[in-house]
Amino acid sequence: MARNLQRAGELAFAKMEKINSEVLTLTYGSIVAQLVKDYEDVEEVNKQLEMMGYNMGIRLVDEFLAKSHVGSCQSFRDSAEVIAKVGLRMFLGVSATVSQWSQDGNEFSLVMEENPLHEFVDIPEHLRGLYYCNILCGVIRGALEMLNMRVDAQYVRCKLRGDAHSEIRVKLIEILEDQYPEDDE
Amino acid sequence: LFVINKAGGLIYSKDFASLPNMSANDYLRVASMFHSLHAISQNIAPIRSGGIEVLSADTFNICCFRTATNIKFLLVVEPSTLGSDTMLKGVYDRYVEYVLKNPFYEVDMPIRCELFDVELEKLVAEANAR
Repeated sequence: MARNLQRAGELAFAKMEKINSEVLTLTYGSIVAQLVKDYEDVEEVNKQLEMMGYNMGIRLVDEFLAKSHVGSCQSFRDSAEVIAKVGLRMFLGVSATVSQWSQDGNEFSLVMEENPLHEFVDIPEHLRGLYYCNILCGVIRGALEMLNMRVDAQYVRCKLRGDAHSEIRVKLIEILEDQYPEDDE
Repeated sequence: LFVINKAGGLIYSKDFASLPNMSANDYLRVASMFHSLHAISQNIAPIRSGGIEVLSADTFNICCFRTATNIKFLLVVEPSTLGSDTMLKGVYDRYVEYVLKNPFYEVDMPIRCELFDVELEKLVAEANAR
């Protein structure tokens, strides 16, 4: 199953239209810089980035499903693998590994060795608390929410803060069931 | 062609051939009814199923494609038509491109994207030419 996902990720990535990664890095960088200038509070910027990611996630998920032809996932573990190997590969060009499953299987870590958004970035001292790629947490949350899974995604380690790699911790809060209005006749 | 959002509301409808006159309200009602039927069918299915895929009648078929995000694409066609599911998949692809990527479109709201209309006409014209 892992090898199939790897292959699916490569295929999906190959099919996507490509742009210059520097354009993306620079565009993202200017968004973050502008947010910092507008809000001046690091926590607020983190929150805005996450919200932007959420709005992106709810749209990206349909594109992901249409282009990648990955079938339904049988479990949360499956979903984790699919996000890491196919989703991230398709949209960012990098693959992540899934690790550190919690006891009850409801939490996992997505570990990324490299991230194209991080190129050329050096976070200054006064912006220590900034999670530069918080947008990714939002994207994951938005995408999974459209698939009826409410999750919480947080950055725990970030390469720009001096850690060896970037890590996002994803926690499943609940699975939403289709809601039907009560019979009021 | 009808597109129903995950709450059961009609967000898009388009006629590609002359159809009997139905008002906008009728379309809304029909779409909600289909959404409810689809939900019922998923619940009463003896094995886990994705819901209604084709509804056959004498003079027409209704083909339904349901995405993992619970959006339904419905196509009303003549019974002899083949390749409706490919067509529906094509509509889904165009939805992803022209509707979802439009930053001014709010998810689950009625679709008012010109590019989407244009692409759909092209899709249908190609299919009819074959």
